[in-house]
Amino acid sequence: MEIRVTVNGKQHVSDVEPRTLLVHYIREVLELTGTNVGCDTSSCGACSVHVDGEAVKSCTVLAVQADGSSVTTIEGMAAADGTLHPMQKAFMENHGLQCGYCTPGKVMAATSLLKENPHPTEDDIRIGLEGNLCRCTGYPNIVKSVLAAAGK
Amino acid sequence: MIPASFDYVRAGSAAEAISLIGEYGDEAKFLAGGHSLLPMMKLRLAQPTVLVDIARVTDLSYIRDAGDHIAIGALTRHMDVEKSPVLAQHVPLLAHAAGYVGDPQVRHRGTIGGTIAHADPASDLPATTLALGATYVVQGPNGTREIKAADFYKGFLESDLAADEMITEIRVPKMNGAGWSFQKFNRRAQDWAIVGVAAWRGSNGSGVALVNMGQTPVLATSVSKALGGGASIADAAALAVAEASPSKDNNASVEYRTHLAKVLVRRALEESTK
Repeated sequence: MEIRVTVNGKQHVSDVEPRTLLVHYIREVLELTGTNVGCDTSSCGACSVHVDGEAVKSCTVLAVQADGSSVTTIEGMAAADGTLHPMQKAFMENHGLQCGYCTPGKVMAATSLLKENPHPTEDDIRIGLEGNLCRCTGYPNIVKSVLAAAGK
Repeated sequence: MIPASFDYVRAGSAAEAISLIGEYGDEAKFLAGGHSLLPMMKLRLAQPTVLVDIARVTDLSYIRDAGDHIAIGALTRHMDVEKSPVLAQHVPLLAHAAGYVGDPQVRHRGTIGGTIAHADPASDLPATTLALGATYVVQGPNGTREIKAADFYKGFLESDLAADEMITEIRVPKMNGAGWSFQKFNRRAQDWAIVGVAAWRGSNGSGVALVNMGQTPVLATSVSKALGGGASIADAAALAVAEASPSKDNNASVEYRTHLAKVLVRRALEESTK
C-alpha cells in the first residue's frame, strides 16, 4: 500500500506491506537507525518517536496508520546546523545516558512530556517517563536532565 | 516480531466500517488505536486476515455533556479522557483511571472504545465504566442498540458484541459530587493491575468494580448492597470477592488476590466516603 509520511520535515512516498511496523519502516526503509527496537512489546519505549507531535511507541504502530502524518525521530531533533535540541544538550550535560540505548526514546518521550506539561515536578517526570525503561538504571540523571531542560 | 500478513482497509464512517467488516466476515477485525490488537498480532495470538482501520472516523472522538450523563465517542483516546475538563468536573473517577492506562505513549494511541471492546478483565477502564453504571452504544448492520456495562462482559476477552458490531459511544452517568477512589496495585510501572478497584459512593448509592479478579471485570454488588443496608466499611469490604473468581498467575496466587481485593476495596471505600 502506498503511504505518504513526512519524516523530520521531508516527505516520503513509499509502498509498504500493511504489516510493516512504523519502527521497521523508519529503520529499514528510510534507514534512520537512531530509533532503537528494545523489547518489541510496547513496554520499554526505546522505539519512541513523535507522530504529529506526540510520543508513541513505533513498534506498536503500523506504517499504514502513520500515512498522512508528520513523524519526528531522534535524527530530526537537532537543528539543521547541528545544534543539539535543548533536551539532547541537557542529557549530555547531566550525564543522562550511560550505554545510550534507551536515550533516543527517552529524549522523544521527554520532549513530548514537556509539551504537555512545561513545568513538571520530579514526580511528574518519573511518572511521565514510566513507559521508557533504562537497563543501566540511570534514572536519577535522566530525571535531572529533563528537569534541566524544563528550566531552560 | 512482525504480524502475519493481512489486508488493510480504511473506513471513513461507522456505517462504512460495519459494511466492510460484514463483507470480510469473521476473520476481519476493527483496528482503532491498536494497542491491544497489534501486540496480540505480533505474538501471533491473533491472526486476522483483514484489518478495518476505524481510527480515522474522527466524528467518533468527542466528550459531550448530555444532561444526566457524559457521552464519550468510542474513538476518544485515553489521553483525551484523562485530560478532559468535562470529565474532571462530572466523572472524575473515569478521567483519573484513564491516566493509569499503560503509559503516556500508549494513552496517545489507545481508545476507550477499543479497551472496552477488547474486554480484558485486567484493563482499567472496563471495570471503571462498570462501576459507574455506564451504557455502551453499539452499531451494527441493523442499527444501534444500547448495552449496559453490567450485561456486556461475557468471558475472558469476550463480550456481547457481534463480529459485525462496533461500539460508537460510551455513556457515563454524572457522579454529582459522589466520593470516589481508584486503586491500582502493581509491582512495576506501566503494568496491568495485579488487582484494581474502581469505586464511588454518593447520596444515591455506590458502585464498586474489580480489575483482574476473574474472567471479566467484576461488579461487587454485595459490597454496595451491604453499604446500602448500613454496614460499616470494614464489613462491606469483607464481601469484596463475593462475585469474583480470581485465578493465579506469575504475579499472584488466588489467596493473595483475594486478600488484596478486600484490602483495596476497604481503602477505596474509605477514600470514597466523605
